[in-house]
Amino acid sequence: MSRISIEQVKHVAHLARLAITDEEAEMFTKQLDAIITFAEQLNELDTENVPPTSHVLDMKNVMREDVPTPGLPREEVLKNAPDHQGGQFRVPAILE
Amino acid sequence: MSLFDHKISELHTLLQKKEISVSDLVDESFRRIGEVEDKVQAFLTLNEENARAKAKELDDKLAKEENDFGMLFGIPIGIKDNIVTKGLRTTCASKILYNFDPIYDATVMERLNEAGTITVGKLNMDEFAMGSSTENSGFRLTRNPWDLERVPGGSSGGSAAAVAAGEVPFALGSDTGGSIRQPAAFCGVVGLKPTYGRVSRFGLVAFASSLDQIGPITRTVEDNAYLLQVIAGLDPMDSTSANVEVPNYVAALTGDIKGLKIAVPKEYLGEGVAKEVRQSVLDALKVLEKLGAAWEEVSLPHSKYALATYYLLSSSEASANLARFDGVRYGYRADNAKNLIDMYKQTRSEGFGNEVKRRIMLGTFALSAGYYDAYYKKAQKVRTLIKQDFEKVFEKYDVIVGPTTPTPAFKIGEKTHDPLTMYANDILTIPVNLAGVPGISVPCGFVNGLPVGLQIIGKHFDESTIYRVAHAFEQATDYHKQKPAL
Repeated sequence: MSRISIEQVKHVAHLARLAITDEEAEMFTKQLDAIITFAEQLNELDTENVPPTSHVLDMKNVMREDVPTPGLPREEVLKNAPDHQGGQFRVPAILE
Repeated sequence: MSLFDHKISELHTLLQKKEISVSDLVDESFRRIGEVEDKVQAFLTLNEENARAKAKELDDKLAKEENDFGMLFGIPIGIKDNIVTKGLRTTCASKILYNFDPIYDATVMERLNEAGTITVGKLNMDEFAMGSSTENSGFRLTRNPWDLERVPGGSSGGSAAAVAAGEVPFALGSDTGGSIRQPAAFCGVVGLKPTYGRVSRFGLVAFASSLDQIGPITRTVEDNAYLLQVIAGLDPMDSTSANVEVPNYVAALTGDIKGLKIAVPKEYLGEGVAKEVRQSVLDALKVLEKLGAAWEEVSLPHSKYALATYYLLSSSEASANLARFDGVRYGYRADNAKNLIDMYKQTRSEGFGNEVKRRIMLGTFALSAGYYDAYYKKAQKVRTLIKQDFEKVFEKYDVIVGPTTPTPAFKIGEKTHDPLTMYANDILTIPVNLAGVPGISVPCGFVNGLPVGLQIIGKHFDESTIYRVAHAFEQATDYHKQKPAL
């Protein structure tokens, strides 16, 4: 039984904002199915009472004094932008 | 004989005595790059003009002032291309960042610049550090200096190859699942993944934020300790950097390991590990025994689950981290998009390579509604079990020792057809990242002319002990003195 269908792969690609061709969808389906099947070996383990680890060190909410500091200069920040206008990033139309 | 046959501390003395200049060191770097870079192809960007100008500046300083300059003053360095360097192109070996010139320095770069190192150039890697052979670079193929038909390992393949080839005395890499240690093993150099939180990640382009660490790749253990000394420590710009005192690492290199307790996990010498590699590690253990250490076999019972755990967690984190590459603020943007969403999709599809796309999709899937508990959360729970395996062993032992990789360097193209085959190569390094503990790879032998790496794993924030063991082993052997015949 396959773990992921070609439709799911296309949906995931859309969620991840990737355009993939039908051929690519087929290739990724095969590869992702193999990886997910492999990953299902984790089901051999009973983890009912095991807490999840998201961070290995015992640290929480690192706080600092709320002191304003200068940010990066606007011209600098815009230097790498593919397109900008009037001190803002410019993008194609959002609504058609 | 090259100047770079000297340790950093020896170069430092030569500089202090004015027997050499900083410019001599930078000249040597570019001379060697001119000689071998055609074959090795370790660099993505060279910084020759700036490097030479800075060398002059530092030479003036040396001439004028009698101050005691720091150990790294005037030493050329190569930087993995996922560490941002102000004004110096930083691509992560991805087409999506082909034209990106950072507007600030990573914290490690600020510290290095202050210490007086000279950045020679940016080093090749697997795109966004996703890979184990540097074959996933969007730009060029780096070759192993010991055998040009073979991969240098990855993802810090350019860093390890450049050091092994003598193009730079040392380099920085990054390690998410073995990306410093594995290429160090394949190229016969020393590579350390520090404890998670030991080195600031500010300015390291994020792949998997709960696993990534920057670390040094060097010719000797002592050089490694000097480099870590400069880059380690708390950074207000990285809230995951730890507020733990940075000890004097070089002071730990006493050569004395009498009474040291070594654990050797049976899972690290089992099937899947080439018998010549296993033999090299057993021989290394004999050397350590002779030096007064004792070893026993132990078990890290959840080792076999590390690979699956890692790919679910690291891909999930990557899918979130790489969302920022959208053609808006920096990097590549596809032309002629109909609208904003279309622009995102075209940009990302044209900008990312297949391995990056595969992992973004795997991560998006593992985090998506209906699958989150079954994959992502499950992997987080197994991560706890893997971490506990290490904690149990470290209750009784000082270090864990095993091979860094199951085999020496493989041939270019040998594993590119199947992602899972490529992933399996990291089986011995991944658990270390999941547990957040530090690990080093040091040369411990050769199989058919290819270097083999010995992995030494320590407790959280106990880089000193692994350095002490690695250094004692290095002093008792001469593998680190061998050089590839390029």
